[in-house]
Amino acid sequence: MDKKLIPRGLQRTSFGNFLLWLFPWVALLSVGLYAIYLCLAEGLNHTNMDNRFAFGLWIYLDLTIIALGAGAFFTGFLLYILRRHELKSVINSAVVLGLICYSGAVGILMVDVGQPLRAWFTFWHPNVHSMLTEVTFCLTCYLIVLLIEYVPIVLKNRKLRQIPKFLVFEFQLHKLMPVFAGIGTFLSFFHQGSLGGLFGVLRGRPFAFREAFGIWPSTFFLFVLSAAAAGLSFVMLTTWLVQKITKKQLVKPEVFKFLGKISGIMLSVYILLKAIDTLVWINATSLSAGFPAFEFYARKSFGTWILFTEIVVLGMIPALLLTSRRMRERPKILLLAGLMACGGIMLNRFVMTIQTLALPTLPFDAFLSYSPSWEEIAAFLFVVAYGVILYSLTYRYSVIFPQERELQSPVPVQYETQPFSERVAEKFFSALTFFKAK
Amino acid sequence: METTVEKKSRYGMVINLDRCNGCGACAVACAVENNVPPALTAMNSRTGLTWLNLIPVSNNENYPDNETVYIPMFCQQCENDTPCVKVCPQNAIEFDEATGIVSQIPQRCLGCRYCMAACPYHARYFNWWDPEWTDGMKQQLNPAVSPRMRGVVEKCNFCHGRLHAAREKAAANGSSEIDMNDYVPACVEACPEKAIVFGDLNDPDSEVSKLSRDTNTFQFLTRLDTKPKVYFYSQKNWVHTMAERAMTRTGKEELYG
Repeated sequence: MDKKLIPRGLQRTSFGNFLLWLFPWVALLSVGLYAIYLCLAEGLNHTNMDNRFAFGLWIYLDLTIIALGAGAFFTGFLLYILRRHELKSVINSAVVLGLICYSGAVGILMVDVGQPLRAWFTFWHPNVHSMLTEVTFCLTCYLIVLLIEYVPIVLKNRKLRQIPKFLVFEFQLHKLMPVFAGIGTFLSFFHQGSLGGLFGVLRGRPFAFREAFGIWPSTFFLFVLSAAAAGLSFVMLTTWLVQKITKKQLVKPEVFKFLGKISGIMLSVYILLKAIDTLVWINATSLSAGFPAFEFYARKSFGTWILFTEIVVLGMIPALLLTSRRMRERPKILLLAGLMACGGIMLNRFVMTIQTLALPTLPFDAFLSYSPSWEEIAAFLFVVAYGVILYSLTYRYSVIFPQERELQSPVPVQYETQPFSERVAEKFFSALTFFKAK
Repeated sequence: METTVEKKSRYGMVINLDRCNGCGACAVACAVENNVPPALTAMNSRTGLTWLNLIPVSNNENYPDNETVYIPMFCQQCENDTPCVKVCPQNAIEFDEATGIVSQIPQRCLGCRYCMAACPYHARYFNWWDPEWTDGMKQQLNPAVSPRMRGVVEKCNFCHGRLHAAREKAAANGSSEIDMNDYVPACVEACPEKAIVFGDLNDPDSEVSKLSRDTNTFQFLTRLDTKPKVYFYSQKNWVHTMAERAMTRTGKEELYG
């Protein structure tokens, strides 16, 4: 039965092995489900959040995974709107990742709010001045777009392709994809930005408050750019990881380089603007609120090292590496730079959520710390396990990488399988042979 | 069509920190008046419910120069660009143009806690647990104030229930204006030192208005420009210096330098 569901011409591990792979993730999913049950049934007292640390691990991770999931909208934008066909081989993967990240984030948000059954109130009594309203509207709409974009991937299943109506439906959906990509880009632009705006508008938190352009604070634009950069790097990293796990080449090396290049360009623009924004904040915004910016970094836990790491180590360095053609040619450096880019964005989201809340505002307030409870960690691992399971099922029973069939040729693959030192040695010897022949 | 509301009153408070002895009667009265449930054993100072939080602040001098003031910290009823009102996604926080009171609508609150992150005074509290009262306490609940459920945010609203009662009394007497003697928040009423003065800041002859203009009166975080309506009074210089300091460095924290 299982074999009949696997798309033709694709090699997949045995059903037993697949179940064995799923087992730990299902176990993690079950523990996470129990933690979620505790939080929903008995209340958020199961978390370590409190009246000062009103946001914790969940909001931080929501912001992070939504940034990492931005690969879905940005790859779609590059492929369908800017017609960069190189990305055709990773668009399905980007969509699945986007769906996992967004649905996971929305799911965990429903546990994070005190009254999840009132979530619809935002649509009924919306406060149009709230960044969270913008986030809720765009996030919900974009999740629907992602589900629509996910349908053709599901319809690539061997059994489903036997139904003519589904084939026609899939064909029609493909024709509409540029429209959905356009809508997705529009919605993503706003919700990625609004997530940045969430903190940028907090006048009462001078550490996070930023100057506004029109109705949006600068963090709005910084979040859009950083999400686009991190999203593409995340698509690159996950594709590499799937290749490692499945021990197969799934996309051509050029795709990695292209993803790295665009991610590098976006990261460069982001980090330049972020540096300017930080200087404006240090010299004007924070001072005008009565808070010398370097007072924020007086605590040993969050010293200036965090700012340096975010902007230089995990910002400028990966931006330089990714924009350099020579560096992109070296797979390990390409992947390391992608990892650093994602790490930098994760650190930025950490700073915006956790550091903002840890810092006092009132003169007699103390700096506070927070560490998540096991329920918070388990609920987050639930999202990770859910993501792995959904991705694994889609990979097994559908076609995530369209180049997979073509690349499963008996010719040995040079990319990734051969260490860099060996390649250098090989080139050296081939050059030597060339000169000898002359 | 836009409805214009005439600004009638701006209720505010002045708290004399030199008079406050930290007895906590204001906090107890507030809890009783507003049906704030008693703390559970699992709660701590960061997860409990206290609309009025009494914070002791010392001048950090050695005896005999050591002095402590008790700062009752609660919703400062910000008037300009009210941080919590602006961020609530479902309009569960209302700024009343007629009174200047910022009130929470717990029945509409999603419990997202964005308002708590936005409040510079940390004056908003989340119901992390289900509220619980003993049988005896249940009989003493104030019928004019609805208790809140688990998963929603609550905060001081200048005893809005008492304002409603004062309005009803005025209406029964055929008047559209309330008598300020009928509208006195519970903390003001309970303070044995008469350290809290409440009234209409728009009335230049009111005691609260006069005190708010006194040179010894100050506010916290004025540079954020949220224009709070709660003032503090002290004749001690160190209290003013402390209040002007944006961030403090307490000995308990690990700091550089």
